[in-house]
Amino acid sequence: MAEAERVVRRHHDMGGLPAGPVEPVEHAHAPWEKKVDAILRLLVGKGVMTLDELRRGIEELGPGAYDELAYFERWISSISNILLEKGVIEVAELGAAIEAARARREATP
Amino acid sequence: MSSGGHHAHPPKQPDIEDGPYSWHMALTDAVADLLLAKGVITGEELRRTLETIDAATPARGARLVARAWCDPAFRTRLLEDVNAAAAELGIDAGAIPILAVENTPELHNVIVCTLCSCYPRYLLGAAPDWYKSRAYRSRVVREPRAVLAEFGLELPDHVRIEVHDSTAELRYMVLPLRPPGSEGLAEEALAALVTRDCLIGTAVPRVPAES
Repeated sequence: MAEAERVVRRHHDMGGLPAGPVEPVEHAHAPWEKKVDAILRLLVGKGVMTLDELRRGIEELGPGAYDELAYFERWISSISNILLEKGVIEVAELGAAIEAARARREATP
Repeated sequence: MSSGGHHAHPPKQPDIEDGPYSWHMALTDAVADLLLAKGVITGEELRRTLETIDAATPARGARLVARAWCDPAFRTRLLEDVNAAAAELGIDAGAIPILAVENTPELHNVIVCTLCSCYPRYLLGAAPDWYKSRAYRSRVVREPRAVLAEFGLELPDHVRIEVHDSTAELRYMVLPLRPPGSEGLAEEALAALVTRDCLIGTAVPRVPAES
């Protein structure tokens, strides 16, 4: 690989790079994954955010998170960051809502 | 946060297969709850969107292919404008343009999104995990013949391979060749031969051997 190519590439830009065999894995999406997808579709449909913003948010997660997080974990991380950035939601209320979601979950076995 | 009352939450779905309630699952519920409470989205919209997601399967793409095999005029329209041709069959192909790339005896097409995971979801449903994997995205543009062989698709040397890298503005579907032995089949039976991987280009339709 040319040195110039090494310099300009970001971690998500992997076309043509060496990699191992393609593992033919797939899974039926869990309800929470479909929910992430639905949230995104609605936000894009309503003009609250764009697909390009989703991608930018995913790319900004950095190489570590990009490779460690599952696919829809990247999506919801990006979506929540973009919503915070735009002021649609605020950090404090998001923290409270996460706690509320966990408490609700614990209350319903 | 303001409360929309318990009815603002969409009906709880079975989470049996989800395993433990992860931080990202909680984040997902939290974001949804806030958007519902603020009126950015409604529970009804969320329900309908989930239904739309479930309704999109590769059977849609397969119907387009089978119709194109049976109707040359439709094939021409499909190659000109997939979204409009899909609408003829009552199929919503989404707002993003889709281009059908046609296989010939000398040319085989395969699709990828090297930068992320763009995929003609309205026609094929959710992308399989391997389509979004580092290995597929990295290698299929460099050594498609080797990658296709890993999927069990061995193409003769004289068949050229074109790899189409999808973007947020343009997506692709493969229009495969009608397989030998399918001459007598009706459109519905033809559609059943067209699997998701045939529409991605990692497989080709085959007529099952007579048992």
